[in-house]
Amino acid sequence: MKTGRYLLVSLGVIGLGVLLARARVNPYIYFAGYVILQYVVIATAWNILGGYAGYVNFGTAAFFALGAYTAIFLIESLKAPLPVLILGGGLVSGVLGLGIGYLTLRLKGVFFSIATFALAVVLQTLVINWDYVGGAKGMTVIRPRTGVLFGNYVTFLFTVMVVLAVGAVTIAWLIERSWIGRGLAALRDNEEAAECMGVPTLRLKVFATTVSGFLMGVAGAPFPYYVTYVEPSSAFNLDYAVNALAMPMIGGTTTWAGPVIGAVLLGTAQQVATVTISSELNLLIVGVVLVGFVVLAPEGILGLVRRIRGR
Amino acid sequence: MFSWDLLANAVIAGVLLGGFYAAVSLGVSLTFGLLDVVNMAHPAFVILGSYAAYAMNTSFGLDPILTGLVFTPVFYVLGAVVYRIYYESFERKGEESLRGLVFFFGLLFIIEVSLSLKYGVDYRLVEASYIGKSFEIGGVGIALRLLVPCIVGLAMTMVLHAFLSRTFYGRAIMAVSQDRLALRLMGANPVHIKTIAFGIGIATASLAGALLVTIAPVVPSTARDYIGRVFAITVLGGMGSIGGTLVAALVLGVAESLMATFSGPSWSLAVSFGILILALAVRPSGLFGR
Repeated sequence: MKTGRYLLVSLGVIGLGVLLARARVNPYIYFAGYVILQYVVIATAWNILGGYAGYVNFGTAAFFALGAYTAIFLIESLKAPLPVLILGGGLVSGVLGLGIGYLTLRLKGVFFSIATFALAVVLQTLVINWDYVGGAKGMTVIRPRTGVLFGNYVTFLFTVMVVLAVGAVTIAWLIERSWIGRGLAALRDNEEAAECMGVPTLRLKVFATTVSGFLMGVAGAPFPYYVTYVEPSSAFNLDYAVNALAMPMIGGTTTWAGPVIGAVLLGTAQQVATVTISSELNLLIVGVVLVGFVVLAPEGILGLVRRIRGR
Repeated sequence: MFSWDLLANAVIAGVLLGGFYAAVSLGVSLTFGLLDVVNMAHPAFVILGSYAAYAMNTSFGLDPILTGLVFTPVFYVLGAVVYRIYYESFERKGEESLRGLVFFFGLLFIIEVSLSLKYGVDYRLVEASYIGKSFEIGGVGIALRLLVPCIVGLAMTMVLHAFLSRTFYGRAIMAVSQDRLALRLMGANPVHIKTIAFGIGIATASLAGALLVTIAPVVPSTARDYIGRVFAITVLGGMGSIGGTLVAALVLGVAESLMATFSGPSWSLAVSFGILILALAVRPSGLFGR
């Protein structure tokens, strides 16, 4: 997409979000919309590492929860305002991403994925044993008072998430268009060949893991204010890891639009299923759709569209 | 204050736990260690085995371990089918690494959610004559519910080891992990051999699941706790070495038991995953690497 057109569309999306927030429709729309937008951020973040660089991260929940728990820590210790929480959560998760990036020196492919999964469990154990942020029994967070502009706090958080989602997608879009995106694609296809051609693979991988971790932390930081009660098992939920990889896989992993399409489709389907059927069943849908797509349409929806057009 | 009694009890409990961990990890050693199939869903198959034992136990009063044994052919077929799907969709096209991983991760999720839909998220347990009994040797208590799974786990390890080193199919499985082309030249079909091996790997999950539910009550999400354990053991044991798997399982069992005794059970899970990350980062070829 051309730069001008992209900027117009993204500004349009933010504008629409603000308008929707002012419209005061059924409050459930904001509740559900927040979750879907949160998944846009998470799926986009996952895709920067998983789709562009080809490193499958099973530890999404670790980065997300680290963002959320950093926010709790900042609320508890400093009563920090929301922008600080988002930045802080992002930075801490970004540092974790940096560490994971150096782990890729030793761990390739499958072993990297297993290590990220292990990381999530280790972090969860640490949080369970850390009483300052609530430990195993969790912690209640009191929302700050809202300004006049937004009716209630969820509507405000919804608007914030619109901006974060557009920001995350823009970062992915910028990476994709630059030499970084091409370098990542090269190392995804063949890491040794890329290194031989002079692609700085380590620096690129570390960059990808850091940015990916940062964005996941950003997505997690407003979470305490959204749910107002955070416990380890909800923040470290496996659903985040499964959704984070299912959404890009369904949409298509090679472009920024894939995770957005996947997150909006799957996120909306889950929200509808939660209300109309049951929350357990909607998780089953995610699993089945994920396996179905991986087996039958490995290029995702975008790949399907391309194949039909190509004929 | 340090107590030798406590230490001895923790070590014995750890060794017993380790024998059981070996049973859970054998399947992964076979499928991941030898066949290079990233069978992340193995712990979910183990839990499936637990629920099979639970269902038979509550409806017919069958012994859980006997049920585990009876169900192995069912799990064998299940494993063979899963491998065929995996082979046709990924391995044949050479796309196994990334998408195969996601496939098994999705499978893990599907099994777990299906079980919670069917049985809910309450803890389920079985009843058998040896559960709840224990005896004492020199101040060290030994619970039968730990001892029996440990013995079965050791037996499984020995049978699998004998199978792999003595029988034609066992040797063919070892061969397919080393050189597929050479196996083909010897007139054996690698895909056929791998299907058998994968089936056997999943069949061990039936018994391991029965052992698991004997030791402690289970919920569907118990599977997640075992992902780190089985992969830590497999990697530490040297990817596909059956003897190495047993040693690594014992090491992990003792380490976890010590951690649980001296720092509290909420830390014990971090041990396996910590060992896994360390093993992966420092010595990916394991203690007994090829």
